[in-house]
Amino acid sequence: MAKINSPVELEEFRKAILNRRDPDKSCITLCSGSACNASGSAAVARCLEEEIEKQGLSESVEIRKTGCHGFCERGPIIVNNPGGVCYLQIQPEDVPEIISETAKEKRVIDRLLYTDPESGEKITHEGDIPFYKNQQRMVFGPNLSIDPKSIDDYLAIDGYAALSKALTGMSDIEVLEEVKKSNLRGRGGGGFPAGQKWEGSRNAAGEAKYVIVNADEGDPGAYMDRAILEGNPHSILEGLTLGAYAIGAHEGYVYVRQEYPLAVENLLLAIEKAEEYGFLGKNILGTGFDFKVIVHQGAGAFVCGESTALMTALEGRVGEPRPKYVRSNIKGLWNQPSVLNNVETWANVPLIINKGADWFTQFGTEGSKGTKIFSLVGKITNTGLVEVPMGTTLKDIIYKIGGGIPGGKKFKAVQTGGPSGGCIPENLLDLEVGFDELTKAGSMMGSGGMIVLDEDTCMVDVARYFIEFLTDESCGKCTPCREGLRQMLRILTNITEGRGQEGDLELLETLAETATEAALCALGKSAPNPFLSTLRYFRDEYVAHIEEKRCPALSCKELINFYIDPEKCRGCGSCLRKCPADAIIGGKKLIHIVDQDKCTKCGTCFDACPDKFAAVTKLSGVPVPAAVPEEERTIKKSK
Amino acid sequence: MDNDRVDQIIDKHNGEASSLIQVLLEIQSEHHWLPKSALERVGERLQVPRTRILHIATFYKAFSLVPKGRHEINVCMGTACHVRGAGRVLDVIEDVIGIKPGETDLELKFSLETVNCLGCCALGPVLEIDGTTHGKMAPGETADVLLNYE
Repeated sequence: MAKINSPVELEEFRKAILNRRDPDKSCITLCSGSACNASGSAAVARCLEEEIEKQGLSESVEIRKTGCHGFCERGPIIVNNPGGVCYLQIQPEDVPEIISETAKEKRVIDRLLYTDPESGEKITHEGDIPFYKNQQRMVFGPNLSIDPKSIDDYLAIDGYAALSKALTGMSDIEVLEEVKKSNLRGRGGGGFPAGQKWEGSRNAAGEAKYVIVNADEGDPGAYMDRAILEGNPHSILEGLTLGAYAIGAHEGYVYVRQEYPLAVENLLLAIEKAEEYGFLGKNILGTGFDFKVIVHQGAGAFVCGESTALMTALEGRVGEPRPKYVRSNIKGLWNQPSVLNNVETWANVPLIINKGADWFTQFGTEGSKGTKIFSLVGKITNTGLVEVPMGTTLKDIIYKIGGGIPGGKKFKAVQTGGPSGGCIPENLLDLEVGFDELTKAGSMMGSGGMIVLDEDTCMVDVARYFIEFLTDESCGKCTPCREGLRQMLRILTNITEGRGQEGDLELLETLAETATEAALCALGKSAPNPFLSTLRYFRDEYVAHIEEKRCPALSCKELINFYIDPEKCRGCGSCLRKCPADAIIGGKKLIHIVDQDKCTKCGTCFDACPDKFAAVTKLSGVPVPAAVPEEERTIKKSK
Repeated sequence: MDNDRVDQIIDKHNGEASSLIQVLLEIQSEHHWLPKSALERVGERLQVPRTRILHIATFYKAFSLVPKGRHEINVCMGTACHVRGAGRVLDVIEDVIGIKPGETDLELKFSLETVNCLGCCALGPVLEIDGTTHGKMAPGETADVLLNYE
């Protein structure tokens, strides 16, 4: 491949790609993101290849392995083009039929379609499924149609058009002004205006300047950055190059977690291809602008998602934050001006340059423009990645897109913002998502994790979970975080294990205040948020744990007991067979009993008991009734 | 791991001290732990003091200074898995193989680790054994999965 040396050549090349493509040719797109791979997408891909070969269709049917489609709950996903017939939860045994019926004969296979849970109707097209219909997929949309390993696919959807436009038609200041005007705010958590950050670096003195992608997605329960990295790596590279042009940098870094092997693989390939085509390297598109990108793999430390810690890690040292008397955009990597933005922020930049700031600002709220990708997970029917305009209400996201809570359970709260965020209760569900709105409610936008909690989730345990996570991940540099969190964890663990005392909550509040005031970095300062927000909205649960030794959600292991109601048990033996601890005493036509001494409280019996009996119950805060005497355990038929 | 292989990895990164973490990561992923001899070689070649190497090797989660078992079990403790009962799955695993997270059994069969989010939240609770993901784990089924490993 010869380098593309000018915007004209790029457009000609793009035309040639499009001309080579036959829109009527049958193309099966298969989601091959990490989540679909985990549910068997790789096996489906192998079957597809074999079957196409077997049926002699190699010439007329092609396969495109795309990145994440977002509807991870129903993966692996197949979309058949042209026509866009969408099949969900595909298993290898479905493949022969898909090839012979749909790819060859253009007939729709009903049983593989999505069924609307409300109307019971079958939905043929991906875009009509309620999960997708109510989204606005600006950044995430291309994932559906491109193979991340093919730069031609990216070019076919107007890829690198923004770069070409900027390098030839706009001055560096104009690019910066456009981004400033768009009011693009950092998608990684802080929500700092990107344009302002860039301007700081641009104006700062330095021998060299750097642009950096923060792809150290560490929030548990959030994976939207991975989906873009895996599914559309060129969009990030294009955004990064635009940023470099605007501030005058010639070197960029991507700091990506080594826990994301597929993301690293696709990214490295994308860089190689972009260099080959002349979108990276020396004299980009013949304009004289030089820019190279280096991938640095993180070695597993949550704190490295913090800007100064990340830059220290890039230098090959231990990733500890430093005080920010001087911001990193003035003095960052190797003490030079460095712009660090998150994956999603960079991926927004080509859109803004291509379509203009005025187009971008029509989406969103006053303070938060554009869209945001959320990772909607937890106790939710449609787990997956969701991109909506800022200002969409939590209720719409959870019910219209997410399909509500499964199993007829009651919604309790939604946790946003990861370990730095907080829980938002049911009465605030009309809240519109945005940086300022979520902060006001005691939580934050964070990188976009949205974990739905139902009535079975204990809020004290959620707080304890996050504090445990942060205690483990604290880098140890400053005392309020290192020691304060450890003490908070000790007290919260005591509370969830029934050793809570009067005064615990006040002590926790003091420790939280100290960390908020005195910790060195943003992670430490925000670390008490999960505790503070759950206390603010669910104080009664804390009180029940401390005063009554009762867990209202029946979740804390030390505070509950499993008990089989002798009136309801029909002696079916389901629980007896499945109990991994041999803690159930029973037999044919006998009432089953839980041996409380042996019980490990794993809950298997609770899940195993058929719904029609529902004999296994959880008790908390009350003593377990004495077991029925052995001679009375026979179940009488008449009952 | 012999010094020649360590040298190859170092050369790949141009022998720059700033590539220290990348070099260690490659040794770790190839060898599954960081032997003392390899660390000494890295220190010599990159001109980095041993204290700094050990600081890094103990700070980041990816590194291990002790040998790992033949099978590496990662139990996802991400928030989504946590609220769906990952803790109960972990309890069963600890019970079956008799080690705690961070430990390796005496026969070097299993190493157990907890990880924070594998990004397969739709499949929670999730555990990963030697890179293969096992989704929607119920505590009762977990022991059966482990039986497949020798």
